[in-house]
Amino acid sequence: MGVNVPIENRDILQTKTQLKKERFRLFVRRFLNNRLALIGSSIMIFLLLFVSFSLLFMNSSPLEIDPANRLHAPSSEHWFGTDTFGRDLFSRVVHGGFVSLAVGFSATIITAIIGMIIGLYASYYKFLDHILMRICDGLLAFPDVLLAIAITAVLGPRPINVVIAITVVKIPTMARIVRSSALVIKEQTYIEALKAQGASSWRTLWMHIAPNTLSPYIVQITNVFASAIILEAGLSFLGAGVPAPEPSWGNILYDGKVVIFNAWWMTFFPGVFIVLSVLGLNLFGDGLRDLLDPHTNKANK
Amino acid sequence: MKGYFLTRILSLVPVLLIVSVFVFFLIHLTPGDPASVILGPQATPEEVEQLREQMGLNLPLYQQFFEWFTGILRGDLGWSISQNKSVINAFFEHLGPTLSLAVLAQGISIVLAIPMGIIAAKKRGTKIDQSVMVVAMLGLAIPSFLLGLLLMQLFGIKLQWLPVAGYEPLSSGLWEHLKHMIMPAMALGVIQTAVIVRMTRSSMLDVLSTNYIKTAYAKGLKERIIYYKHALRNASIAIITVLGETFGSLIAGAVVTETVFNLPGIGQLVMNSILRRDYEVIQGTILLAVVSYLAVNLVVDMLYGVIDPRVRMSRKG
Repeated sequence: MGVNVPIENRDILQTKTQLKKERFRLFVRRFLNNRLALIGSSIMIFLLLFVSFSLLFMNSSPLEIDPANRLHAPSSEHWFGTDTFGRDLFSRVVHGGFVSLAVGFSATIITAIIGMIIGLYASYYKFLDHILMRICDGLLAFPDVLLAIAITAVLGPRPINVVIAITVVKIPTMARIVRSSALVIKEQTYIEALKAQGASSWRTLWMHIAPNTLSPYIVQITNVFASAIILEAGLSFLGAGVPAPEPSWGNILYDGKVVIFNAWWMTFFPGVFIVLSVLGLNLFGDGLRDLLDPHTNKANK
Repeated sequence: MKGYFLTRILSLVPVLLIVSVFVFFLIHLTPGDPASVILGPQATPEEVEQLREQMGLNLPLYQQFFEWFTGILRGDLGWSISQNKSVINAFFEHLGPTLSLAVLAQGISIVLAIPMGIIAAKKRGTKIDQSVMVVAMLGLAIPSFLLGLLLMQLFGIKLQWLPVAGYEPLSSGLWEHLKHMIMPAMALGVIQTAVIVRMTRSSMLDVLSTNYIKTAYAKGLKERIIYYKHALRNASIAIITVLGETFGSLIAGAVVTETVFNLPGIGQLVMNSILRRDYEVIQGTILLAVVSYLAVNLVVDMLYGVIDPRVRMSRKG
């Protein structure tokens, strides 16, 4: 018999890793069986690969002006046609996609982080709760596009300001979702036990409450990403978002509106990409909700 | 009942206060001096100083806020410099198209969505249900301004059934008005429809699995009566909540949709004021939009009592 490692302990460790593996495998299987999550994530992966490969292997610039070839219909040379200045639309849609997705993604990440912090602390400290939730009530009372327009109007139309505007508009809902699930968990016996053991509030909040708020949180993140893409497109379409000549899906649509009588491709192609990305994220979010939350799963069936 | 509404209305006071503080400081922390923007680059420093004095910009910020806020309480939202009229007048002049657009879009969405949701719930799991849900999913993914552009291309340019853009007020005939409003209202209504279809379906499914519906079947009621009288009434509470909550996004969507179709509504007012740096108009318009959104939600809350006797009873106590 070995002296250093007791056999029972080794078994427990092995079983633990075994169980972890098994649980992961089960999750993968359930994920693959969930049609919504599968379709949604495939659309997203396709879009990401499409944008990044086109960016890598494309030789035409989205800003290169060619006045001789203004408003050409889609052809083998210009797959999506050309715009008012003869710029290649395919290249603009791909670069614009990068800009739109990057703006949406950064806004989503910042919203997620700040929303988590606000939601957690509001659920834990009564005093903070009153202040933070009244501010959230106030922000939620604004029609979202209107507030975003006002913010970008004040700060100026720049991509970074679009990110700020989307973040301000989306944080209240995020914070509320984290807060409401954290409030439930805060009342559980094991949190009481932690407090009795003398765990610091930081430890209780971040190591024990936060991980248990994750499933509605993750679903909300996909929702925020989808609406961030729509908001960015709307703002840029109104001229309050990503400024020309830098392309984004929204401001290509704005250019397209001007020539809508004779260039259908200018609205069609960026439009398809916006719809695809929002659709992909929504489907993915719905699928995740079913996967992570057994209750809604039952309700849907 | 009265006590409930009173507390409900009083609870709006802090929200409105926060909203007005936010709107005010958002505009006033702007880099750049509104006075010199309004006067243009040729203005002398003396002229700028005079206008600053006139606009009250030299007062400390809290005093400016106090004056603005007491103005609001008196119903005075300020003066539009670019249009040379009061902000309230400018707002109400532009309200017509936006209101008409929002009402039509909401109408279209209710007429389309509730039957679709009920049918989907009734035929749950079938091809019909699935296709309704796919359409709803697509509807959620299309921003209203994009749908507006696509509709414009199809009905305005290809088929030439409807005018491409522009606005005719109701006073020049109902049909003329509707002809210009139908495409924007469709564009705006589709997202709303998608949201309501999903809500109707899921709350109908919830209600249909309850015991009292089983009882209704057991005592031999006709299916139509069960669905439309017993189930829909209970499901309608959730549906009305969604109608109220999405009203804010309806206003916001209307603002963007208006610019697609060149409707002279609130959206155009805001965008023009931003271009001309007419900050009092931006402030006032946003504040009024928020107030109307809160008012709609208040009305929705009151409707609960009318629809659901349980709410009515519990509020009496």
